[in-house]
Amino acid sequence: MPDGDKNVLVGLSRDGEDTTVTPLGYPGRVLGPGETYDTVSEKISSIVLKQPLPKSWWFGFTVAFAMLMMFLMAVSWLFYRGIGIWGVNIPVAWGFAIVNFVWWIGIGHAGTFISAILLLLMQKWRTSINRLTEAMTLFAVACAGMFPLLHLGRPWLFYWLLPYPDTMGLWPQFRSPLVWDVFAVSTYFTVSLIFWYVGLIPDLATLRDRAPTRGKQFAYGMLALGWRGSARHWQRHQSAYLLLAGLATPLVLSVHSVVSFDFSVAIVPGWHSTIFPPYFVAGAIYSGFAMVLNIVIPLRRLYGLQSYITLRHLNNMANVMLATGMMVAYGYLMEAFMSWFSGDIFEEFMMVNRAFGPYGWTFWLLMLTNVLIPQVLWIRRVRITPVLLFLVALSVNVGMWLERFVIVITSLAREYVPAMWRMYYPTRWDWMTFIGSIGLFLTLLFLFIRLLPLISMAEVRELVAEHEEVEP
Amino acid sequence: MKAPTLSATPMDLAAIRARLAGTQGREYWRSLEEVAQTEEFQALLYREFPAQASEWEDGVSRRNFLKLMGASMALAGLTACTRQPMEKIVPYVRQPEEIVPGKPLYFATAMPFNGFGTGLLVRSNEGHPTKIEGNPDHPVSLGATSVFQQASILDLYDPDRSQAVTHAGAVSSWGLFLDMLNNVLGEQQSKRGAGLRILTETITSPTLGTQLEALLKKYPDAKWHQYQPVNHDNAHEGARMAFGEVVEARHYFDKARVILSLDSDFLFSHPEGLRYTRQFTKGRRVTRQNGEMNRLYQVESSPTITGSMADHRLPLNAMAVEDLARAVAQQLGAGGQAGSQAAGELRAKWIAGVVSDLQRNRGASLVIAGERQPPVVHALAHMMNQQLGNVGKTVAYAASAEARPVDQVQSLRELVQAMDAGKVDLLVILGGNPVFNAPADFRFAERLMKVKLRVHLGSERNETFAYCHWHIPESHFLESWSDVRAFDGTVSIIQPLIAPLYDTRTAHELLDVMTQQPGRGGFDIVRDYWQSRKVWPDFEQQWRKALHDGLIAGSELPPREVKLRMEGGLPPASPRTPSGQRELLEVCFHADPTIWDGRFANNGWLQETPKPFTKLTWDNAALISVALAERYQLANGDVVQLRFRDRTLRAPVWITPGQAENSVMLHLGYGRTHVGYAGAGSGFDAYRLRESQALWFGSGLELKKTGEHYLLASTQQSHSVQGRDIVRNGTLQEFRANANFLQVGKEAPAKDETLYNPDEFKSDNYAWGMVINLSTCIGCNACVLACQSENNIPVVGKSEVARGRDMLWIRVDQYFRGGPDTPQVTNQPVPCMHCEKAPCELVCPVEATLHDHEGLNLQVYNRCVGTRYCSNNCPYKVRRFNFFAYTKDRSPSLEPMRNPNVTVRWRGIMEKCTYCIQRISAARIEAKKEGRQIRDGEVVTACAQACPAEAIIFGNIGDRDSNISKLKSEPLNFSMLGELNARPRTTYIAKIRNPNPELESGT
Repeated sequence: MPDGDKNVLVGLSRDGEDTTVTPLGYPGRVLGPGETYDTVSEKISSIVLKQPLPKSWWFGFTVAFAMLMMFLMAVSWLFYRGIGIWGVNIPVAWGFAIVNFVWWIGIGHAGTFISAILLLLMQKWRTSINRLTEAMTLFAVACAGMFPLLHLGRPWLFYWLLPYPDTMGLWPQFRSPLVWDVFAVSTYFTVSLIFWYVGLIPDLATLRDRAPTRGKQFAYGMLALGWRGSARHWQRHQSAYLLLAGLATPLVLSVHSVVSFDFSVAIVPGWHSTIFPPYFVAGAIYSGFAMVLNIVIPLRRLYGLQSYITLRHLNNMANVMLATGMMVAYGYLMEAFMSWFSGDIFEEFMMVNRAFGPYGWTFWLLMLTNVLIPQVLWIRRVRITPVLLFLVALSVNVGMWLERFVIVITSLAREYVPAMWRMYYPTRWDWMTFIGSIGLFLTLLFLFIRLLPLISMAEVRELVAEHEEVEP
Repeated sequence: MKAPTLSATPMDLAAIRARLAGTQGREYWRSLEEVAQTEEFQALLYREFPAQASEWEDGVSRRNFLKLMGASMALAGLTACTRQPMEKIVPYVRQPEEIVPGKPLYFATAMPFNGFGTGLLVRSNEGHPTKIEGNPDHPVSLGATSVFQQASILDLYDPDRSQAVTHAGAVSSWGLFLDMLNNVLGEQQSKRGAGLRILTETITSPTLGTQLEALLKKYPDAKWHQYQPVNHDNAHEGARMAFGEVVEARHYFDKARVILSLDSDFLFSHPEGLRYTRQFTKGRRVTRQNGEMNRLYQVESSPTITGSMADHRLPLNAMAVEDLARAVAQQLGAGGQAGSQAAGELRAKWIAGVVSDLQRNRGASLVIAGERQPPVVHALAHMMNQQLGNVGKTVAYAASAEARPVDQVQSLRELVQAMDAGKVDLLVILGGNPVFNAPADFRFAERLMKVKLRVHLGSERNETFAYCHWHIPESHFLESWSDVRAFDGTVSIIQPLIAPLYDTRTAHELLDVMTQQPGRGGFDIVRDYWQSRKVWPDFEQQWRKALHDGLIAGSELPPREVKLRMEGGLPPASPRTPSGQRELLEVCFHADPTIWDGRFANNGWLQETPKPFTKLTWDNAALISVALAERYQLANGDVVQLRFRDRTLRAPVWITPGQAENSVMLHLGYGRTHVGYAGAGSGFDAYRLRESQALWFGSGLELKKTGEHYLLASTQQSHSVQGRDIVRNGTLQEFRANANFLQVGKEAPAKDETLYNPDEFKSDNYAWGMVINLSTCIGCNACVLACQSENNIPVVGKSEVARGRDMLWIRVDQYFRGGPDTPQVTNQPVPCMHCEKAPCELVCPVEATLHDHEGLNLQVYNRCVGTRYCSNNCPYKVRRFNFFAYTKDRSPSLEPMRNPNVTVRWRGIMEKCTYCIQRISAARIEAKKEGRQIRDGEVVTACAQACPAEAIIFGNIGDRDSNISKLKSEPLNFSMLGELNARPRTTYIAKIRNPNPELESGT
């Protein structure tokens, strides 16, 4: 750690925030002062085991569950009536469903990035947020994975995209990026799930040990797989965890690259671009971190987790956002440059149409929310002011959704043949499905907060140990 | 299969005996082999099913067997998720003659439309008509059809057809109707029929004409009136003005090099439009060998299909056409004073150009006046043709094919006056819909109520039905015996393809019971008539021949010598509103290019056909010029209040390039109030502004913006090619200078610029391809309708079209060039391109779209899961998706209409043009049976077959000598967006115009 934890200026802000800063002016602590093994276990497990539930949880869960019910209604109607209830048409044959798919997949990138890549890079600050972000990843990928199925004309035949031994000897068409998607997303989901679960095992054992009722003891006990915390357990757990991290790391890069092939393999102007894979991956991490911030900032406040998720965490995440945001902005710049540099009339028109066509407002809104507003992250004060950071992250989430809208819809609406230029207008069912999927995401998240420790107790206890070494 | 031989080795009989001797009690033996216990017999016993059993390899252990079975069962469950509908089938009890299930039969008949007949060949599958095609022997069809013929089959199966005799709206019976009719007619007989009136549309049927004459003989004081909203009064009156008698001008466009069309839509709206199109487009085809082209000057107020083909098109108020015609005639030397107000330097130059061009081509020029122009313009056209020496060369005159040509507006006026005076006791309306389409000032409905007994024969429960006591459902022409004359007089016998679906009658049958009882059937009436004419020595044979051929040879009306009456000078100007008002807006009326005068309002196919220029579907609109839109600050879909001579109408506007500045065009036929499911609530009733004094146009329209907006469903929003290589245009001059001028700088990429094997689908057998000639395509939509009929394409409705989900497999794109006042138009039919390197195939995850060895880009409906990726990746956007279950018709009556050889597509799958693969297959089967190759021209796609301009050619490009291969090697051949290197099999012949060099810079 370059800034280390030495020579820090310690102070407390009015609302009890730890405002420890390094000489360079960055927030220093990854763990609040005064935390011991016991306080960590008590504090974090109590969120799960404490009764009754806070009102805020009930309120949030009710809203999220209502949104989920709306989602189920929209999907039921979709299955009954057909894809026509959405606004898609010819030429805009892909609408909100694909926009949402790419958006959710992008959000699902932060978890694995934080857990796996930062673990391998030995960034200690990841410890208190990795559990939550991994869960977020799983839920986001679950939301994402549904959309390609929902958007099929005949969703009940989705399994035809899988290579199974068909009686007619038929296989998927392996040149199609959609088939690659199936593999990429399902692999990513599987590895993320295993990684998350393996990380959970020691904490599940803690919960088992602290559970007040027999039922809970049994349930957590089953899930803990007989974890006793012996040195051998720990040794094996650590190597498995590292191996899984190694396995997950390339996936972070590959999934969104493959998703970007859906576009870049096609010949649609605005899609057919070699910059897409890196630009999509950067965008994915960008939106993933934005979503983490959007979730973490209210949570640390509601559950009083400021000493686990410190300003240092927020600051670091804001830095990652700033960096990936700049990469995304570079992507936009390159797209514009290449459309001019190619000298291709279709590409040139595509760029002009993006900015000044009928959907031009989405492009400018995208530039505002995804490029301009995040520039305030250069200011330290914004990075360590949770409310401001929350707003910036929100802006980035909106911006990243708009980016996919611009890519998918604006490109399709005005393609090669002007006679077939047509507009796409989402219907209420499009909106209900989109908002409903957020409901699904939040419902899962609330259940997760309720049922599982949202911060990795085992790893935070490691931090405590390290802190004790540093400042005895 | 060879039976296993038992006695491979000779048996040891001695050993058998010994063994048998050693047995006791109940030991039976089945054969000597058993007793011998040979190895073979042991093998046979062991292998119960010797032949098949050998295929069961013994390598499978019980454990493997269970594994395999378990997996198979699980996977069998996967494939059984699509539920198949349950159906009952009933075989023929007695096999009908000539019907082989699966083999269609073709019958010749004819369709009466707007009075005149078009010869048809109708395909019948298992006894029900499924497709209408033109009769190549018929002089007006020449094998082609228009949209109306194509779509008329839907009317036959229309679930909203009138199906029962009704009295006062309640279902009654034919018997009760006859009782009533007898009473009333008995009364009339005593009055010599003084209270009897018959109202028909234009009648060309010789049988019906004779029947009507017979009726009038029986009831001498009865009257027969004729009226249809799109009639030929002006042409007839013009001929009377010029020649003193009613003659029809017949034009020969194939002999004309310069054509001046005075507001005439002769390619489409004319009864002989199909033949005119064939002849006209013959003169538009330039090839390496032929660098000659005709030239069309078109003056019109609103863009028409004919106008889109013009080399010089002058948008002019319909009212001003007469001045222009007068000026041209005067300069051609017809005498008289110049049209003084034919002002404008530009127009003068235009006129001068036309005049000199016409004069250079004496005897090979043609002047044609539109049906909507007043008689004077027709007379002027006759004069000019005379003056130019065209008569006998490009123009001939003959008697009218109508049974009794009358001034129809006058005829209806007389009826209305008689009704108003209470003189009409019984009015029999044979077809038509006068309550809806009579001129507004006649107040027809109101006066109709004064008639004591009103009988309506009609195929739908329309507005006139609502005002009549009795309604008799009318048979569709595909269920009727009848006859009809084409515009040139050729008689076709109409024979039914199917027994009437409902209890319907034809006009013949209704008239028959009015003159004699018991009435005869349609067959007897028509046959008796032709037998009674005694024109044929061998009636039976000739009758059969006429039925088989679809026409009576030599029955066209002979050309007639006519003499121009007005040698002295020009005819007097037609009466018009004072000149002070001439700067006011003008309103124009025209039959709709899809639903015509409203008779097809319930035809979903026609309703959904995008209209030329506006590409509107399901609605009409007030077409206004760009300048007018600017003046009134109007956008497409803005509702305006139109006020014309104290009548008002609210209608949305549509800004139409090429519309004359101060003219507002309203298409007739919309806004029906009594109409079936398909036509309900579509459009605005232009008849409400139409009066007998301004039947086609009139000055004094007031327009007021209302601030309301109306959703109009148009299928094409952008009409500019945006500098893309989509259509190629040029002039004849450029072509003559360098035939390859359109290829310069647009060379297609090399064939091997691909990641894949460039010869992946190379076939040494057939390689199907298509060429579409943009120079001859007139944009009439016949191909669109033919495709819809052939390929079971569903109708999706206005809201779906507005969303951009129209299902038509071939669309006609229109691109404009030049200014908004006089745009040059290119019509581009776009079917699937059947790319050799199809971008769609690459991206389908389940391989539902793929290539066959003959180069067809196939769509496997069963396999499609509906990702729609293929459509995104199709640069031509020719793929269509079933967003809903569009084929789930609300009525079973539409089912027999479907082509049994084309899959009906269901919800959630992609579809597109197949190059009529079912027709290719049928031809391949025939060819294989005869052990030969498919001949050039043997496979004709539905679109190519319907095209009156022969603009679409289909064939085998693998055959170097085929017609299509020759076309593809023409210098004007090009691929749409060829630079993408998708290597489309559908290519285009560039659009070549032939502008007058004197005018090119001026206009």
